[in-house]
Amino acid sequence: MADTHVEEPTRRDFLYVATGSFAAVGAAFAVWPLIDQMNPDASVLALASIEVDISNVPVGQQITAKWRGKPVFIRHRTEEEIKAAENVDVSSLPDPQTDAERLKKDPEGTLERPWLVVIGICTHLGCVPLSYAGEYDGWFCPCHGSVYDTSGRIRKGPAPLNLEVPPYEFLSDTKIKIG
Amino acid sequence: MSGESTYTPGNGLTRWLDDRLPVLRLVNDSFVDYPTPKNLNYWWTFGGILSMCLGIQIITGIILAMHYTPNVDLAFASVEHIMRDVNYGWLLRYIHANGASMFFIAVYIHMFRGLYYGSYKAPREVLWILGVLIYLLMMATAFFGYVLPWGQMSFWGATVITNLFGAIPIVGDPIREWLWGGFSVGNPTLNRFFSLHYLFPFLIAGVTILHVWALHVTGQNNPSGIEVKDPAKDTVKFTPYATVKDAFGMSVFLILFAYFVFYNPNGLGEAANYVEANPLQTPAHIVPEWYLLPFYAILRAVPDKLGGVLLMFAAIGVLFVLPWLDTSKVRSARFRPLYRQFFWIHLVVCIILGWCGAQLPSNVLFGSDTQIGIYDTRGEALEAVTTAAKEQGLSPEDDFKVEEHVEDNKLEFVASRVDFAFDVTDLSRILTIYYFLHFLVLFPVLGLVERPQSLPSSISESVLGKKAATAEA
Repeated sequence: MADTHVEEPTRRDFLYVATGSFAAVGAAFAVWPLIDQMNPDASVLALASIEVDISNVPVGQQITAKWRGKPVFIRHRTEEEIKAAENVDVSSLPDPQTDAERLKKDPEGTLERPWLVVIGICTHLGCVPLSYAGEYDGWFCPCHGSVYDTSGRIRKGPAPLNLEVPPYEFLSDTKIKIG
Repeated sequence: MSGESTYTPGNGLTRWLDDRLPVLRLVNDSFVDYPTPKNLNYWWTFGGILSMCLGIQIITGIILAMHYTPNVDLAFASVEHIMRDVNYGWLLRYIHANGASMFFIAVYIHMFRGLYYGSYKAPREVLWILGVLIYLLMMATAFFGYVLPWGQMSFWGATVITNLFGAIPIVGDPIREWLWGGFSVGNPTLNRFFSLHYLFPFLIAGVTILHVWALHVTGQNNPSGIEVKDPAKDTVKFTPYATVKDAFGMSVFLILFAYFVFYNPNGLGEAANYVEANPLQTPAHIVPEWYLLPFYAILRAVPDKLGGVLLMFAAIGVLFVLPWLDTSKVRSARFRPLYRQFFWIHLVVCIILGWCGAQLPSNVLFGSDTQIGIYDTRGEALEAVTTAAKEQGLSPEDDFKVEEHVEDNKLEFVASRVDFAFDVTDLSRILTIYYFLHFLVLFPVLGLVERPQSLPSSISESVLGKKAATAEA
């Protein structure tokens, strides 16, 4: 028993550490399913894309589609609204983006200037902004007073970012696919 | 004060039990023969009142869960079913909903009691920290519970609070989706909140046992803030003295409770929560329940999203380190002439912060504007603002405003220059700064500069006066 005082790790020490490490790694693996079960499940992910018919949205109006449980504003902008969105000094914006960067092209490759598609969720704390409201006649969030313009860009208030543009594409002139 | 056990089993059965599981001994030593300082006032009855509140919430909650359905399509209707169809369902739900508010009234009194009499100071730091932990668990439980009726405030409250986690850099979005179980608050969210709402009260009960354990190790603080010296003179038995005093406190508290349940059951709630949740429409004005309002005001006082979230959590976090921020050698504010005044200022600041949390942040409290003109359309008004801003070299966003007015049934747009405005956000900022100054600066500094009044030499003396105490001896 004299060599138990030796500083060198013994074979037994090694076994203890190895067993402990093995158990810790095993426990971590066992915990993962318990954590991951809370992530979006297969049925939620299956609803990840929708097609929307936009043929019956007249100029100057918008519809709200529901995508992944969130409202998506599809706005058919008037010429005046488009001009207001384009004639902005981009560098003065909190989240600089030109109007064109926030739009998509149709299958023929022309920019669909009248159609703005944004997720209708304030980038501050997730409220749904009111449409055709606020100082720029874009959106106004009633929760904490963020103001968005007709391109969905943040102009005033606590929100840090522009209204998010979801992934979407024009399938034809009258149909878009979101997601 | 947890001295030798004084329990002696009275008969053969209790002697037999005591050798196998000394549970009667534990009860006797904790709640019968347990010595309590004899100068405890009614502010000390809130520990018992809080235990009663927890009991009421657990009992009514378990019953409500027998009738409630945690599904987005059925939840709202099932709560109405409880209100209309279930026998005494209205009573149980009103007790449970108002019980949450009563619980918070009691916990705030209990906490400010601790702050006033220095109950967080050594050797009661762990006792205090466990208490703050219970308070955090209570807020989480209340939040989960508020989501369950699936009304508009439930849904949007849940949306705003879960979005707070989105402010965390990089991992914010994955954490949010993990909390939601989807891409927004939805059925998976409601299900897990129900599960956690059922679990958390039992966590509270568990931490409460630790809290009482820690209390019985160090002994109770008392209004004089000095320790028990001679248990025979300074203390009385828990039963009947504290038991009866607690029972009286509970009875008075239950009168207030009953007033809300029977005469004003929705007085502390929000009417918007009787509208079923609609993910496509946010109510005009979202406010949390009253007991969270001061923290909500702190959140909104900060112009930066992440900064606001951090400061809000820091407002509670600072309580954890309070025992080490206070440098005073004297516990009770009774003998601290300066701290006593700042205590009341801090209490008023917390109440006004709560008021700020319920207001629209842009509500101007006082200010002055210069009107530029009145216009028929918003476009014209904005144009006037832009022109005026250019001429005067000001920012059209920050220094001007356009307000809608209805005059003779006609909508008008009034453009004006804001010369000076002091709004709710400004007030919240000042109060938030004071809130943190109170803990981070005043607590350390006061203890060093303050000259405390002379302390009585014992608890007995503080009750009987110097002469009587010596005479009794």
